[in-house]
Amino acid sequence: MKLEQMYQEIILDHYRSPHGAGLREPFDAETHHINPTCGDEVTLRVKLDDSGEKVEGVSHETLGCSISQASASVLTDLVVGQTVEEAFRIMASFQEMAQGRGKVVPDEDVLGDGVAFAGVAKYPARVKCALLGWMAFKDAVARVHDAAAQDEATSKGAQA
Amino acid sequence: MTTIQTLPTGLDVAAIRDDFPILTRTVREGRPLVYLDSGATSQRPRQVLDAERAFLEQHNAAVHRGAHQLAEEATDDYESARARIATFVGADPAELVFVKNATEGINLVAYAMSNSSIRTGLGPESERFALGPGDEIVVTELEHHANLVPWQELCRRTGATLRWYSVTEDGRIDLDSLELSERTKVVAFAHQSNVLGSIAPVEELVRRAKAVGALTVLDACQSVPHMPVNLTALDVDFAAFSGHKMLGPSGVGVLYGRTELLEAMPPFLTGGSMIELVRMEGSSYAPPPQRFEAGVPMTSQAVGLGAAVDYLSAIGMERVQAHELELVKVALDTLREVPGVRIIGPDSLEDRGGAVSFVVDGVHAHDVGQVLDDRGLAVRVGHHCAWPLHRRFGIAATVRASFHVYTTPAEVAQLADGVRAARDFFGVS
Repeated sequence: MKLEQMYQEIILDHYRSPHGAGLREPFDAETHHINPTCGDEVTLRVKLDDSGEKVEGVSHETLGCSISQASASVLTDLVVGQTVEEAFRIMASFQEMAQGRGKVVPDEDVLGDGVAFAGVAKYPARVKCALLGWMAFKDAVARVHDAAAQDEATSKGAQA
Repeated sequence: MTTIQTLPTGLDVAAIRDDFPILTRTVREGRPLVYLDSGATSQRPRQVLDAERAFLEQHNAAVHRGAHQLAEEATDDYESARARIATFVGADPAELVFVKNATEGINLVAYAMSNSSIRTGLGPESERFALGPGDEIVVTELEHHANLVPWQELCRRTGATLRWYSVTEDGRIDLDSLELSERTKVVAFAHQSNVLGSIAPVEELVRRAKAVGALTVLDACQSVPHMPVNLTALDVDFAAFSGHKMLGPSGVGVLYGRTELLEAMPPFLTGGSMIELVRMEGSSYAPPPQRFEAGVPMTSQAVGLGAAVDYLSAIGMERVQAHELELVKVALDTLREVPGVRIIGPDSLEDRGGAVSFVVDGVHAHDVGQVLDDRGLAVRVGHHCAWPLHRRFGIAATVRASFHVYTTPAEVAQLADGVRAARDFFGVS
């Protein structure tokens, strides 16, 4: 049955007990992303290390379907403890699979539990659900870096 | 199974279904299609498809221009469709403007009011459409975005204020939640909620609007396709509906406006066809409805919509409505039996039409929809372009089943089975 291909047991497990659920302190940036077609929402916080190069923590509050909740949970597992560069590489790989219409063979070494979402890729209407948390994460990291760049510019301005 | 398809309403659903080629296809690994999403778009009978094809194969030409035979025939077909659609909704043909869809129809009124509000180069007759700071536009909390966002934008452009009637717990417009005033210029509301199925108290809302001199705009998208509607008798000033929700083609809809209003209202889109006289220094405009139909219009679609109202008229809209109420009854009776299901909207047949929305405790609407889809059932999931309404009920998304003449009680009964399966699948039971 196709339903089980989409809702693999790994997805249902993450949905029932999502990792990173519940907004936590401290954090460097918070983003709020919505899926305008269905109204699903994710609020996501990210904490980077002092250099801004490593992901120290991700927490989220996801109001949405099983796919969006499980995806945010898997995201937490995959990116926490990674460098930002590595996290973005994983994200690109996840996105490629999710948007691949089921034709992209995912690399389990890179995506871990994320490979379970390969079945979702066959349902175009659900791809946005799978990517909701990831887009919020990408945006949150960009905000931390933007803020850091701005601080630097301000302090340079003050020195001058 | 055949006996259940012949309803007390006398509708021969089996024969009707033979007119809809798409209903014979299968989905998701060979399951028969159970189409319960007619509120989003309805399917089209062969009669509509044939009318469009016949027009294109025999009469196609740009209407209202050209003196050749095809141009004459095409214009006749186009205007004949307008006349039949007018009869269908109890209006005069000159009161019907062809638009792309209801969304465009409502925007047409909003932009004509916007143009009137600028007050430059317009005659005194347009003054009644002008808005400014202190004026009010009134809508309701249950509106489809198409009857909300254009008014928000009109308020932004003119400085007017948007106010709204709230919605009661059982999904009705709360008439006690707002008092109209002399500053109320427009009252815009849905005839039937696309989510809740509840039918608005049109007579009372029109009475209140008239008492303060406000114009009424009726979103008739979910009423005209499903029940007898006489716009003249309803006494609304404007109304809009879409062809694709009433067994007709997409790309065609209707804006209704009372004659004296359309005659006084400035145009929205301008260009060819809608003019009376054009000089380099300026132009004057054709009488309605042509004034509001700039450019070469959709033609085969209008002809197709004419065929759709012929089809519906032959069945009889009273019977269509009775059939749909029977289906609502089946939906409510069977869904009520499923643990954890909460109907969003009236849980009775009173002042109600055929849209049944619900949530399932512990299973997100998207996930319910996916399980239903796996069984061949096509429903709508999400906020159905009525986000504020969902927020009012504290929910992000609902599952909506909606019907038309070709829907059978047996199909509707499959909904509850599907919801049970969804609860089992996600371990909620």
